[in-house]
Amino acid sequence: MTSSTSARPTGSADPPYLFPGYGSTVLRAPARPLVRLPLSRTELTSPVYGHSSVEAGEADLTTRHSGEPLGERIVVTGRVLDSDSRPVRNTLVEVWQANAAGRYPHAADQHPAPLDPNFTGAGRCLTDDEGRYRFVTVKPGAYPWGNHHNAWRPAHLHFSVFGPGLTSRLITQMYFPGDPLFAFDPIYQSIPDQAARDRLVSRLDLDVTTPQWALGYQWDIVLRGSRQTPWES
Amino acid sequence: MTTPSQTIGPFFGYALPADGLPDLVPAGTPGAVVLTGTVRDGAGAPVPDALLEVWQADAGGRFADAFEDLDRAQPAGFTGFGRCPTDPDGRFRFVTVKPGAVPGSDGVPQAPHLDLVVFARGLLKPVVTRVYFPAEAANTTDPVLAALGDRAAGLVAREDGRDLVFDVHLSGDDETVFFEL
Repeated sequence: MTSSTSARPTGSADPPYLFPGYGSTVLRAPARPLVRLPLSRTELTSPVYGHSSVEAGEADLTTRHSGEPLGERIVVTGRVLDSDSRPVRNTLVEVWQANAAGRYPHAADQHPAPLDPNFTGAGRCLTDDEGRYRFVTVKPGAYPWGNHHNAWRPAHLHFSVFGPGLTSRLITQMYFPGDPLFAFDPIYQSIPDQAARDRLVSRLDLDVTTPQWALGYQWDIVLRGSRQTPWES
Repeated sequence: MTTPSQTIGPFFGYALPADGLPDLVPAGTPGAVVLTGTVRDGAGAPVPDALLEVWQADAGGRFADAFEDLDRAQPAGFTGFGRCPTDPDGRFRFVTVKPGAVPGSDGVPQAPHLDLVVFARGLLKPVVTRVYFPAEAANTTDPVLAALGDRAAGLVAREDGRDLVFDVHLSGDDETVFFEL
């Protein structure tokens, strides 16, 4: 299949499928090379959410219950951009995260840390005309997992973004600056390039910080573009 | 300078809404088909914590440019998007319609297909495959299937009664064909 129709630039920032340090990849990583797919409208389009389906309140994870969640209140905001730095407008951003104690309200999470009845840890919003998203939440805690002896995940928010096409569909994780667990986390370490790892780390931003209320973190998301949009020509 | 992918992890289930989304059309819609299958790992074990998303054209081969209400799309009509987590046995189930023909990159007609994206713990980035329909004459001239040779048969769903079955093998001897977009 021809390379001229591939949207994936060489030197992709993504991790490989197989990264033995992350044990779950061993039986789940495809072993055969991917087949290049000449892109058609199936790959160059994606679902577009209407404003009526996402409510403004879904972007504030601290007000979804009757009381306030425990933990360090934070604002997380940034822009969703395409690979040419153009804003990706009106695209759905979904987030989920552990609570301040490092616990998810999920049946499979058996970490003996407290659940918070005032925190579910899931939110959504649509990007605005500048491609910006903004969530209010609490800083998630680190938590242990079974990958290896004394394995702990660095604090993170899971992000899911659609973008303009299937080629831009992204699920990833946002980290916090200076986390000492980076050096020991195989999921973070699976990304080969340090500069690409750095792009998953938010930065503390005093302009986003709200005085006397919440620290602010800034984190931009750059989606893979597609090198052709044949129906536009 | 793109943002790298990271695994969806095991704990998305309460956060990524899938209510109603396995049904791209209401059951009983004329032409509705059930697409079901099992996701398996390289040892053949079911994958109980995967999330599958499908994206496809409507029966006329069209993609909607905007949907007013994707979450509650059933009354509003067909969106082409579906999302379904696997159950404890690794199984998924969508209700959809066979899409119409979508032109390929160079204008060559493609056989009806839907794109299937799989996320899971242990997948540091998603895998993308295509589901084609059985007993479809256009399969013989589809450019994507033609380029796959012997592996093409693995992308055609099989009939099981009135349902279509498409198993996803992440790895192993029966590894599904996965695409680079």
